[in-house]
Amino acid sequence: MKSGSEILVQALMDQGVDTIFGFPGGAVIGIYDVLYRTPQIKHVLVRHEQGATHAADGYARATGKCGVVMVTSGPGATNTVTGIATAYMDSVPIIVFTGQVTSAMIGNDAFQEADIIGITRPITKQSYLVKDVNQLSQVIHEAFHIATTGRPGPIVIDLPKDITMAKAIYKKINEINIRGYHPTYKGHSQQITKAAQMISNAERPLLYVGGGVNTGDAAEELRTLAKKGKIPVTTTLLGLGAFPEDDPLSLGMLGMHGTWYANMAIMDCDVLVAIGARFDDRITGKLSTFSTNSKKIHIDIDPTCISKNVQVNIPIVGHVKEILPKLAEAVKKTRSEKWLKQIEQWKKEHPLKYGSGKDKILPQRIIETIAKVTDHEAIISTDVGQNQMWAAQFFKYKNPRSFLSSGGLGTMGYGLPAAIGAKIGCKDKTVFCITGDGGFQMNIQELTTAVNYKVPVKIAVLNNGYLGMVRQWQELFFGKRYSQTILEDGNPDFVKLAEGYGAVGLRITKNEDVESVIRESLKIKDKPVVMDFFIEREENVMPMVPAGASLTDMIEGTV
Amino acid sequence: MKHTISVLFENKFNAIPRMVGLFSGRGYSIESISFGQGEEPGLTRATITTEGAEQIIEQIVKQLHKLVDVLKVVDLTYEPFVERELALVKVNSTPSTRAEIMQVTDIFRAKIIDISPKTLTIEVTGKSDKVNAAIGMLMQFGIREIARTGSVALKREFQGHI
Ligand SMILES: Cc1ncc(C[n+]2csc(CCOP(=O)(O)OP(=O)(O)O)c2C)c(N)n1
Ligand SMILES: [Mg+2]
Repeated sequence: MKSGSEILVQALMDQGVDTIFGFPGGAVIGIYDVLYRTPQIKHVLVRHEQGATHAADGYARATGKCGVVMVTSGPGATNTVTGIATAYMDSVPIIVFTGQVTSAMIGNDAFQEADIIGITRPITKQSYLVKDVNQLSQVIHEAFHIATTGRPGPIVIDLPKDITMAKAIYKKINEINIRGYHPTYKGHSQQITKAAQMISNAERPLLYVGGGVNTGDAAEELRTLAKKGKIPVTTTLLGLGAFPEDDPLSLGMLGMHGTWYANMAIMDCDVLVAIGARFDDRITGKLSTFSTNSKKIHIDIDPTCISKNVQVNIPIVGHVKEILPKLAEAVKKTRSEKWLKQIEQWKKEHPLKYGSGKDKILPQRIIETIAKVTDHEAIISTDVGQNQMWAAQFFKYKNPRSFLSSGGLGTMGYGLPAAIGAKIGCKDKTVFCITGDGGFQMNIQELTTAVNYKVPVKIAVLNNGYLGMVRQWQELFFGKRYSQTILEDGNPDFVKLAEGYGAVGLRITKNEDVESVIRESLKIKDKPVVMDFFIEREENVMPMVPAGASLTDMIEGTV
Repeated sequence: MKHTISVLFENKFNAIPRMVGLFSGRGYSIESISFGQGEEPGLTRATITTEGAEQIIEQIVKQLHKLVDVLKVVDLTYEPFVERELALVKVNSTPSTRAEIMQVTDIFRAKIIDISPKTLTIEVTGKSDKVNAAIGMLMQFGIREIARTGSVALKREFQGHI
């Protein structure tokens, strides 16, 4: 016989879990007691439960494994909500174990009781309140199965304290059979044949690639299809890295801050193939004018994504890794020569660009420098705002799972904990967190975690003294009335702060120091480094499609 | 347009709240919803009547299907289906109106299931519009309380021509 806590830890080991991100409390003290004598599992003590969920999320996105979080009941549980919602929007598999008051007390407004199942219902793929210790093993193994298959997503398992203490026999569950849960993987073969014909006959084909190709580990398969058909590729924010941006067929990112040529291409193409993407409003701009002349093929594992915003001609429900090879096999080389020439022309006429001021510290150049010194091999996590968009536009990603960012929810505070999780999961990779002076402060406490566990993440604060992205909107659309977006005077001294936490703090106020400081940061192997870049304060992210406008109505900005 | 959707699901903890939450969270309307045990223990059938444009209904059906606990979703609207609703209607009655109420009850093939000096309680079953009509006719006597089950529906099996 084992206690519920022991069953839980054993089940985690059987699932191959090597790392848990968590924070203890009364309701989970018994579980922590078992972890105390379980050296096989590394528990990373974060400094705020939101940090735990983002760290587990970063770990999951970077490694492809399921992230695991452990927190106590009540406030511990409610602190995870933003992290769960972030993972849900971006289809990231994490399992969040929340302590709960004893079964008999549930519903009594007991001390540190919160209905976390109710609170997280709309932001979880599935959730469980364990009412019988004999069900615990089943629940845990089932949760891992559901979190990581189909369209992945977060799961909450609520554990009343008495369940963690009650005894039962542990049975490892090898076969999961859920009557209502059978995600489609294969893809309808006739639909694939029809799609291949449509693509082969295209003159102006375009692959529009989303996070599904990263999540589905299908970058290789995507490349084969693009090469064989000579089809250009544009990706969403979460699709970055799924197709190498140094490839001539790459158009970079599309959408609100996408490249001019990607947005033109999507409006002008004759066959649009959406792959693991969901026609989000930041991608389509004004729906009624979106890519009106194209026939559309949509490949996605989640049928609810198909024809939700944009009607498509050929839907294919299934897993990208299964479908792309079949499609590539059936596709013939398209007659895209003219189209590719046109795109080349566009790239020349409307490149991504930024100012040249030699002595200014331009954020775009910082990103390019990080890319250069890491040979585009680093894993980049970002916060949300201008820093995120520059990191998306100027790094030129080569590898899948190398760009970690809160796309769907747009969560400020994601960057630092996600970087920590990614670095813990990928020890041999260099991990940079690109963050803003606003967002950095939203989970800055996790610097302690990084120092504590000697996690040498490199944190580049693009310090503009503003909530920059909001200021940009205010500049462009609200008559430069910078209402509540000026941080400058209120900002702390990030260098001293870093040092106070036991990290290395470096301030960069001259452009000529940018590269040397980044290189120096790479030499620090045993602690995090905070690089406080005093960037050009009112630099804007361009090009830009104003919210609700057509993709063709891009503002290119003046340089 | 009104749609009648039948959902068979494993009635695990949280399954019903997830189903209902899907409607409120995404702004879909529920006209009526009824739950009852399905053909096996552990399985529950929900009959949902809702209204919306075709694209919304398509999303509703897909979203319902996506729920982990859901086995089967059928939009009955485009198939022949049988549908019933049960209502209990408590109306005021006086010695002078009692006979008339009983007449109305007969016409709708409803039943009187409770009587007191001042009230009659009538059980009426049928399609929702018949139930509506019966309630409409009873209105004149003064309705005290109504309890309705919402529609339950199944696909009609006999589809041959006569
Ligand atoms: C938690 C949260 N609150 C508010 C916002 C709205 N928001 C989006 S970008 C932004 C500004 C971010 O400022 P900063 O972190 O300094 O980054 P910058 O844009 O200056 O690079 C804000 C407030 C958000 N995305 N997330
Ligand atoms: Mg800023």
